Amino acid sequence: MPVISYREALRAAMREELQRDEKVVLMGEEVAQFNGAYKVTEGLLKEFGPKRVVDTPISEAGFIGLGIGASMLGIRPVMELMFWSFSYVAFDQIVNNAGNIRYMSGGLINCPIVIRGPANGGTNVGATHSHTPEAILASHPGIKVVCPATPYDAKGLMKAAIRDNDPVYVMENTILYNDKGEVPDEDYIVPLGVADVKRTGTDLTIVAHGRAVITSLKAAEILEQEHGVSVEVVDLRSIRPLDEETVLASVRKTHRVLLVEENKPFCGVDAQVAYLIQSKAFDELDAPIHRVSSIDAPQIYCKRLEDQQLPNPARVVAEALKVLA
Amino acid sequence: MAEIIDMPKLSDTMSVGTLVKWNVQEGQTVAFGDILGEVETDKATMELSCTVPGTILKIYAPAGSQLPVGAPICAIGKKGEAAPAPGQAAPAPKAAAPAIPESTGIPCIPPAPAASAAPATQSDGSRAKVSPYAKRMAEKAAINAGALAGSGPGGRVVARDVAAAASAPAVAAPAGPVNVAVAPPADGKGIQPDADVPVGGMRQTIARRLLESKVTVPHFYLEVEVDAAPLMAMRESLNKRLAEAGGADAVKLSVNDFILKASAEALRRVPAVNASWAGTSIRQHSAVHLSFGVALEDGLVTPVIRDAHAKTLKDIAVEAKSLIGKARSKKLTPGEMSGSTFTVTNLGMYGVTGFFGIINVPNAAILSVGATIKKPVVDAHDRLVVGHRMVIGLSGDHRVVDGANGAQFLQALKQLLEEPALMLI
Repeated sequence: MPVISYREALRAAMREELQRDEKVVLMGEEVAQFNGAYKVTEGLLKEFGPKRVVDTPISEAGFIGLGIGASMLGIRPVMELMFWSFSYVAFDQIVNNAGNIRYMSGGLINCPIVIRGPANGGTNVGATHSHTPEAILASHPGIKVVCPATPYDAKGLMKAAIRDNDPVYVMENTILYNDKGEVPDEDYIVPLGVADVKRTGTDLTIVAHGRAVITSLKAAEILEQEHGVSVEVVDLRSIRPLDEETVLASVRKTHRVLLVEENKPFCGVDAQVAYLIQSKAFDELDAPIHRVSSIDAPQIYCKRLEDQQLPNPARVVAEALKVLA
Repeated sequence: MAEIIDMPKLSDTMSVGTLVKWNVQEGQTVAFGDILGEVETDKATMELSCTVPGTILKIYAPAGSQLPVGAPICAIGKKGEAAPAPGQAAPAPKAAAPAIPESTGIPCIPPAPAASAAPATQSDGSRAKVSPYAKRMAEKAAINAGALAGSGPGGRVVARDVAAAASAPAVAAPAGPVNVAVAPPADGKGIQPDADVPVGGMRQTIARRLLESKVTVPHFYLEVEVDAAPLMAMRESLNKRLAEAGGADAVKLSVNDFILKASAEALRRVPAVNASWAGTSIRQHSAVHLSFGVALEDGLVTPVIRDAHAKTLKDIAVEAKSLIGKARSKKLTPGEMSGSTFTVTNLGMYGVTGFFGIINVPNAAILSVGATIKKPVVDAHDRLVVGHRMVIGLSGDHRVVDGANGAQFLQALKQLLEEPALMLI
């Protein structure tokens, strides 16, 4: 199976969907002539031309609104945000318009838009460029949110997102763009709302999404090697719809749970997951659920502090040992 | 805001700790990294360093008290701030160890704890803490979870406690203190006061681990007598040369060092003994991590020489000496006492001629070394001569080792000890 990067996997997904369906278009700041701020869309202008791959002005509220309008008329736009942090100037479009039109039209109008781009800290770009809004967006009914952690999932989730008839927001991660992994050439999708057990184990379940999955897998290895603990790592992949059964099945197996995410802890995704577990698997728990999140402060600019602010293997191992006490 | 400092978990098996002493008192200002006191775990006595700078507002647990991991021991905050009441969730510290009068001949019996097998309601009236999963397990197994001693944080009963109770033999029902009335001596002068002496973490670990081993591991025993004369001769000659060499080479080799080295080598020849029972499989170990018993005034510890199979006699001697020193000053870290694959015990220095130790789980065997004694032996020419003989016992876990490979191991060991030059190769 070919080994390609997370960035190439995303590009392959978009290229295949551009080829498959003439209604698919890409739009965003510098996606065309500059090949994308992070080179995810590199070469696609040349291959598909300026009607399918369109540069927009620096005006998120404007061009996201344009994409939503186009999607309501049958186009399937894939919009790039240079950073998900910039989604906040288009919040009304992203949440109010895209999220509610199907409901408010009585099911007559769909909004098959994909909005994608990086949503992560850890790159020393400061508090206003490091937001992880998956929890904020997923709290709105009508909106779907996915956070791929691996190249395989990046391609499969992106293709599923483009084919879905509701707004799907894909949170990527600039630190993962160069990560490589096996990705099939042939057409496949990773269905929305299906979590994946990335590592099986018997003593502890770690639930994570996005880059926190990679961090948790490293921590699981340390826990196995140095502490003889067998850790299962569940990758949510989709925040909404949420695959409750895969999470609960793992809890029923290990009886101890650590939740890891790069979000800030307050009202984070894992606050919801913790609620889910205690409400549907209370009698399976042998210890309180613990969480490792980003430290609750605006994203720290100092690189060394930011590295500690985000979940890292050492923090995950330390917290895991508390759950196992 | 004041912060409550809890009994820390200082080793992976620690469930309770004894506050050996406090270095600070209430009202004293402490900085980050100050040593607040010492805690004895099941494995070692360790320093308790300060992680919260401020003023010691309240000491909840006096020196000598024994507390579960997670129980509040002191509060640190701003000077003049009121000390917080330890949260209801935290268990009340057990009473301080009763002092034992030394000179009075009057029997001193501490008041018996109301009900020593912890009832569903704890002594301070709070609920017994049982995890939801442990509770469900206990219901299925018809075990009263509230009556178990919890090994989780703050004394919480967790799944492993219920599993242990469920698999314990029926006779292990409430092992409360034995209340046997023994009359004090008629003349009032006994050899020691009548007393129930509270035991520390180390003694409890010894009690727990050895009971577990003896009741769950099917022990079998093999014994072999070794001609120790060549070993004694080699030791004398080596020690003479090492002493002459002086400097860094001035290490004195003990008989035990030779036995450790020979054991590592014999395990290389018979690796089946270097293994552990793993429930549904036998885990064989690539490295020999050799543990040996060190007697202390109040118990014993078993430090580990890692990778002994790859170390020279001198390496082993130097490392054993350093570990013994640390053991006696109680400075061994939990890491230095865990992860062994085989154990050697030696009572030869007390003149014990032969014995069989209890297996140090999860080892598959333990070697017990007796004294070298002079006695008449029949030599190769059928003459009666003076022999230097040493009796070595092997206790084996029959799930892992059978009589035949246990015997092969002893055979290899005997050969190495009787022809010690073989250890050079």
